[in-house]
Amino acid sequence: MRDFSETELERYSRHILLADVGIEGQEKILESKVLIIGAGGLGAPIAYYLAAAGVGTLGIVDGDVVDLSNLQRQIIHTTAEVGVPKVESAQRKIAALNPDVTVETYRTMLDASNILEILEPYDFIIDGTDNFAAKFLINDACVLAGKPYSHGGILRFTGQTMTIVPRKTACYACAFHRPPPAGAVPTCASAGVLGAIAGMLGTIQAAEALKVILGLGEPLYNQLLTFDAKTMNFRKTTLKPNPHCRVCAGSGIQKLEDYEQPVCDLKPQ
Amino acid sequence: MQLVINGDARTFAETQLSVSDLLRLESVELPDMVSVQINDDFINRPDYDTTAVREGDTVNFLYFMGGGQ
Ligand SMILES: [Zn+2]
Repeated sequence: MRDFSETELERYSRHILLADVGIEGQEKILESKVLIIGAGGLGAPIAYYLAAAGVGTLGIVDGDVVDLSNLQRQIIHTTAEVGVPKVESAQRKIAALNPDVTVETYRTMLDASNILEILEPYDFIIDGTDNFAAKFLINDACVLAGKPYSHGGILRFTGQTMTIVPRKTACYACAFHRPPPAGAVPTCASAGVLGAIAGMLGTIQAAEALKVILGLGEPLYNQLLTFDAKTMNFRKTTLKPNPHCRVCAGSGIQKLEDYEQPVCDLKPQ
Repeated sequence: MQLVINGDARTFAETQLSVSDLLRLESVELPDMVSVQINDDFINRPDYDTTAVREGDTVNFLYFMGGGQ
């Protein structure tokens, strides 16, 4: 076992005090490597909480720069950083919060040509992206690479998430098959979202990552958790691995292809 | 007939319904943005007209949520 320094023992004391975590669990967290895809509404709270928890290596993927309209929910970025690459802004905040964390930044948009290489060093992947092309590609790549991951999506006042161990539990495509037709899609940019919803869902995804790293409790395996913040109803729908899933059933997916990314149109709600 | 839709017990006057009928009755505005699960199974979109919903079925409408940034 590693020797914890005095400052580490103090910093992580509220974890170590938990019987289900303890010193062994904290060591697992310190040795874990988690990739967060998207440093936005979901990625911001995920990155903050996983950095605070002491995740050893945090990879952050995002090709965008901070925009003023992001700051209503993307709490890892600040007004002074408008125009700065999101991965840089996030890296600064993580370094200030917990300098023990190694941050790897990827200032790029994931596609079929680069995703497998980026996923490779990580133990757990978190989807914090804002479009179906990326969400389905992440699912495909995680199934192909056998990486456990957390799916997350938000819309207006609602959120959904599930935790996936490829070929053991239902995947995103088991339930949702493939991206909806381009014309039907309200994206976050066109549909709006209550900022705090991103925090609600992102912190659930961060907790799921820690549960998987620690091997504790019951992650959202074969369960789609959805909530509606207007009523604060939370619901879990039980999913079964789909025996006809085009991605994870049988021989399943063999190679990655990019999904068509619909142009964002402002659909009336 | 009695159905359980997204966790709620519901009664319908109709004795026979297809998935398409149910989407209409439930005023699902954007059926393309919903995945339909009956009992444990997901229904393929092209089969909505021909797939029957039966007395006692548990039906889930799972909405696509694409946001995150
Ligand atoms: Zn699947």
